[in-house]
Amino acid sequence: MYRYDSIDKTLVDERVAQFRDQTQRFLTGQLSEEEFRHLRLRNGLYIQRHAPMLRVAIPYGLLSSGQLRMLGGIARRYDRGYGHLTTRQNIQFNWPKLEDVPDILADLATVEMHAIQTSGNCIRNTTSDHLAGVTPEELEDPRPWCEIIRQWSTFHPEFTYLPRKFKIAVTGAPQDRAASMVHDVGVHIVRGASGELGFEIIAGGGLGRTPIIGQVVREFLPRDHLLSYLEAILRVYNLEGRRDNLTKARIKILVRSLGIEEFRRRVEAEWAQIKESSLRLGEAEIARVSGFFAPPAYRVLGDEDPEVGRETAFRAWYRHNTHAHKISGYRAVFVSLKKPDVAPGDVTDAQMELIADLADRFAFGEIRVTHTQNFVFADVEQAACYELWRALAAAGLATPNIGTLTDMICCPGLDFCSLANAGSIDVAKRINERFDDYDYLYDLGELDVKMSGCMNACGHHHVGHIGILGVDKGGEEWYQITIGGAAGKDAALGSVIGPSVAKAEVAETIARLLAVYVERREPEERFVDTVHRIGVKPFKERVYAAPAAA
Amino acid sequence: MLRRLLLDRAIVVDEWRYLEEGADAAALGDAAALGGPPALEDAGLAPGTAGGRWILPYERWLAARAAWRLPPRATGVLLEPTHAIERIGPALANFSLIAVRFPSPSDGRGYTQGRLLRERWGFTGELRAVDYVRHDQLFFLARCGFNAFELPEHEFPGALAALGTFTAEYQASNDAGLAMPLRHR
Repeated sequence: MYRYDSIDKTLVDERVAQFRDQTQRFLTGQLSEEEFRHLRLRNGLYIQRHAPMLRVAIPYGLLSSGQLRMLGGIARRYDRGYGHLTTRQNIQFNWPKLEDVPDILADLATVEMHAIQTSGNCIRNTTSDHLAGVTPEELEDPRPWCEIIRQWSTFHPEFTYLPRKFKIAVTGAPQDRAASMVHDVGVHIVRGASGELGFEIIAGGGLGRTPIIGQVVREFLPRDHLLSYLEAILRVYNLEGRRDNLTKARIKILVRSLGIEEFRRRVEAEWAQIKESSLRLGEAEIARVSGFFAPPAYRVLGDEDPEVGRETAFRAWYRHNTHAHKISGYRAVFVSLKKPDVAPGDVTDAQMELIADLADRFAFGEIRVTHTQNFVFADVEQAACYELWRALAAAGLATPNIGTLTDMICCPGLDFCSLANAGSIDVAKRINERFDDYDYLYDLGELDVKMSGCMNACGHHHVGHIGILGVDKGGEEWYQITIGGAAGKDAALGSVIGPSVAKAEVAETIARLLAVYVERREPEERFVDTVHRIGVKPFKERVYAAPAAA
Repeated sequence: MLRRLLLDRAIVVDEWRYLEEGADAAALGDAAALGGPPALEDAGLAPGTAGGRWILPYERWLAARAAWRLPPRATGVLLEPTHAIERIGPALANFSLIAVRFPSPSDGRGYTQGRLLRERWGFTGELRAVDYVRHDQLFFLARCGFNAFELPEHEFPGALAALGTFTAEYQASNDAGLAMPLRHR
């Protein structure tokens, strides 16, 4: 993984000093709340329902065991003993004290971590495929490009005060596990006409109040021009994005109002002026950064079947919570943070430390955070999976539900977030209680359930196969259900099935949707594909047909 | 009233005045400005002398330049975030001062305007950030080519240090003569 040199270290240390000064100026009254807000947000610090919330950056989701151990220690020392993984591969702490934040940042800096640009109207953490570098179908490892973007976007002097937040995702495989089509910019590694690798550039995607799927700005960008092209997009956006209305300030609104052709024309015109500047990446720089992501020292192993002779529980876990690896004898292993009685994506201090230890023992000391709020050990020997499973299971980290209904994406909801209309954690709990039959879950196959506590859509409900949105109805928590959304390369926005339902009816509503699917599906057809084939109507009719049986 | 200014890393007395400021503006009233003969010298405000260096809003300058025969080298213009540098840049390159307005803590268009003035149009005069300008912006503004900062009085202490908030960088910058960032060399 990437290791800091003196430049990175200097910048992060100086950021700690800067934020200490800003916090001090605020606490002594030299900065107003409003002035401090703009500064603290650029450092991932929100003021939330109960306490400040601090979001720590995990660049493209990649952690060393030492870093994860530090996060566990921070959760214990400054928080209430846990953290919450986000859909953008970061971690949030919900209970720090404002005056402790400079010390937390100083602790993070000792392990090459920070909270720079994890919120605020600037370029956020670049996210990527959690199976980068190990998944067999990949064209190229996207992580070096993420790191190049990270450096370019960190303290970019021109783009620190954008109209609104700006999120970039990079993928290197045909399968999109980073939701790149609903990012402000999606970067896809693709092959050009003569087989050379370059990028397809997507812009204008986003969720929130106005969900929009991104559109292709450029079908093929030579790799040395990645930064100049991104700079051209950002420059057009910085000058022309709306600043009069916060809800219309994202680049998706600019792209939509100009139309993709005119937006492309402006970007290309700007790019023509800057493409031969110092932004052009030299092969030496590409090679230097790529060197940090060289494969670990794999052993030469044959493929084997670790399921042979093992108990059912292990076999279920191995089938659902591990993923094929490009190197024979290895698997990528998911650590499920979707245990039925735990808030999705929450992880305790002790679990973080345990996972760090397991990474050292089984996975070359590296861990990734997934967009779906789980962890991954990317490089585990197949023969070691059984022992790893036993260790994970003992800590409640082996729920065999990756990719199933109960592997829900979920925002913190009303319990923590000052924006939310409705709770999401207790709804997740009820869904878990209702769907506790794993044979049924496995029979349903791949099913993305995504839940947001409000229109800001932190839980990506629009692109869930089943989306659940918390709404406020006369002071009560109600839930609007959508179906048919998808977050991959075939990204689609879900359709609302009808009037919102009460909290007590969410699980029953999902049960009815699934009943229609089971009746109408064709062999091997996923839920979302059935919805696209037969339309929303049959589902809607079933859900609203009669009151739920008591 | 004398105004202080952070200019080229030194705190100095501002030699420039805005057209709207003070009683002098009366001598340059709109009628004279738009139709009448040059009034600057008449008012004892000869361009190029201390007290005679005026900053005009861009539109005022456009309207008045013919009548006043204002020499750009002794005149400054004030730009708003909406001014399209790409379009008006050629008319600006010869000014000795361009002030760029930052109307709020969140409006960052001026950073791009500054870079375009320096990098695309080769502007070499004083590039001044005005209105909402605080410590926390100075480092970024300087990197975008600004060399002058109108700060509120309470922001002068510590302002020089704020220019050096960070001593490393990932991007090429104007304050380093558009040098390549270290690691691309």
